[in-house]
Amino acid sequence: MSRPAFSPARLWAMMVKEFIQMRRDRLTFAMMVGIPLMQLILFGFAINSDPRHLPTAVLDADHGPEGRAIIAAMEASRYFSVIAAPDSDAEADMMLKTGQVQFVVRIPAGFSRQLQRGDRPALLVEADATDPAATSGAVATLNVLGQNALTPDLTGPLASLAPRAAPFDLRVHRRYNPEASTQYNIVPGLMGVVLTMTMVMMTALAVTRERERGTLETLLVMPLRPAEVMLGKIIPYIAVGYLQIAIILLAARWVFAVPLLGGLGLLTGASILFIAANLAIGYTFSTIARTQMQAMQMGFFYFLPSILLSGFMFPFRGMPVWAQGLGEILPLTHFLRIIRGVMLKGNGISESAQELLILAVTLLVTTLIALRRYRQTLD
Amino acid sequence: MTPAISVSGLTKRFGPKTVVDRLTMTVGAGQIAGFLGPNGSGKTTTLRMLCGLLTPDEGTGTCLDLDIRQQAAEIKRQIGYMTQKFSFYEDLTIAENLEFVARVHGLPQRRALVAATLDRLGLADRRKQLAGELSGGWKQRLALAACILHRPRLLLLDEPTAGVDPKARRAFWENIHDLAADGMTVLVSTHYMDEAERCHAIAYIAYGHLLAQGSVADVIASAGLTTFTVRSDGTDPRALSTLTAPLRALPGVDLVAAFGSALHVGGASRSALLAAIAPWQSTPGLIWQEDRPTLEDVFIHLMARSQDPYAGGAP
Repeated sequence: MSRPAFSPARLWAMMVKEFIQMRRDRLTFAMMVGIPLMQLILFGFAINSDPRHLPTAVLDADHGPEGRAIIAAMEASRYFSVIAAPDSDAEADMMLKTGQVQFVVRIPAGFSRQLQRGDRPALLVEADATDPAATSGAVATLNVLGQNALTPDLTGPLASLAPRAAPFDLRVHRRYNPEASTQYNIVPGLMGVVLTMTMVMMTALAVTRERERGTLETLLVMPLRPAEVMLGKIIPYIAVGYLQIAIILLAARWVFAVPLLGGLGLLTGASILFIAANLAIGYTFSTIARTQMQAMQMGFFYFLPSILLSGFMFPFRGMPVWAQGLGEILPLTHFLRIIRGVMLKGNGISESAQELLILAVTLLVTTLIALRRYRQTLD
Repeated sequence: MTPAISVSGLTKRFGPKTVVDRLTMTVGAGQIAGFLGPNGSGKTTTLRMLCGLLTPDEGTGTCLDLDIRQQAAEIKRQIGYMTQKFSFYEDLTIAENLEFVARVHGLPQRRALVAATLDRLGLADRRKQLAGELSGGWKQRLALAACILHRPRLLLLDEPTAGVDPKARRAFWENIHDLAADGMTVLVSTHYMDEAERCHAIAYIAYGHLLAQGSVADVIASAGLTTFTVRSDGTDPRALSTLTAPLRALPGVDLVAAFGSALHVGGASRSALLAAIAPWQSTPGLIWQEDRPTLEDVFIHLMARSQDPYAGGAP
């Protein structure tokens, strides 16, 4: 079988055509720039996995100075914001049930007196834990609070009640993200999510569009090699992908103050592997789908597990083993590890080597599948 | 001279349906060959097999001395194929479409070539117009221009004039004859009899079978049809319309078709036809005259004779 060699001139012909079509399709182009911006605003500003200023009701039956000191310490932690002082247990329960407050603090009658006698009275904090993530940060600070809130007051005869120091000194360093800012986690992750969403969808649509409009017949009857068609479709979108990366990096730096500790070169290099892998996946979808509608549905089918199982939204290590296994197959999982490592930890190529290798293998496999599935005939 | 197209036993099935059944056909180099047949008869499938878009299930053949199974890639460089439905980019301008084709074929002096082609087909004024905004006739011109840009030796046209007005059709056929005069072989599928008569040779295909092949005169002669034209002498204007149904029922009459104020009556067997119509020839008010069968008579006759194997009727 005579197989003409790969021709850069024919590849160029495809690319010029794709660029012109992309330029004419204003709406799609606007979406490719608009999606990263919108996601940045939504996810970057809106999501906070460590919420503060949670509404709290205080049912103080004691009215003693110690109780007030504890409440003041809770408010000072910025996790709690006292908004109500119910008069009865029933009223406090109702507030928790209706969701008016997230916490109810109950200070029993005689709290001060029992405390001064050394009876270790109970102070009850009830949390609406329907959403564990919303309360876990606040609950964690309570333990520390209990130890320290009263220390300045426990002097003189009460000094024996003051908490004693632990026999060892426990120090915790929150490295790479000392403020526990959600944005540090979300904004670099968004880069992967936006690229997954747009790159897979755009190529999946770009090829099925040719089939739907009948132009595929023209492509097939011309002396074009499958690799020329595929690369001609993919390369213009790599440019779009980098445009999206630039938008997100600029926003990360100037809007969200997320650091970029690692090298821009590694980030760019890892991105091209990831973008190309996504484009090849989209291209494979387009060889299966008969219509643009089907291609779109396949895109969503791929997009959902990517967002849920990759560690973008939920902690990867929190998932059961089978879900982690699924997550490991997705390119987004590996890209997230690379990108977060590079931006937040200042990782270099040696720390990212394993994930880079996995991305490269994914790219190779998906490209081969896409090329094998591309038919040169209408059979 | 070796023929431009020579295929034998070409067969294509889609699932249980045999769309093209053991088709054997030759088209001489430099000829304009017409490809005729009812809708769904396998014309498009045959054209697609010739240009490598479909792989035949059985049969062999050559296109420009290249094997249609083994050398599809080489065939694609040397032929132009114009699809039935407009298949260039509607979101590209006329000039951009042509430049795309020129780049893909790696043609030298691309700009000059595109400009010359635009001039020759009268598209120069519209070069910056989006293809999607063009009317049917202009789209067809663009498609033809794009197909002949790389100077193919063989042009396959799939119903190129469907839905195009008579003036544009005539201009289109003048282009085709000019191209053939330059040595290009053209195989064109059509439903129009006047277009069939402009071809050097025709092939008639129905339900995947080739039924007739040759020059127009050959095809008419080989059908062996005897036809009579019946006219009314004007005394009874309804005489002809009342004639159709009883004539159709007669054995020996294979064809009854109205053409304006005349009726064509024909049969494959001359003696059977003469016997059948004898009682009617003396009917007052009617003028019977033996005539040469037209190409359309022959086609209607061929179509009636071959049954659609998928229509579900009795064979």
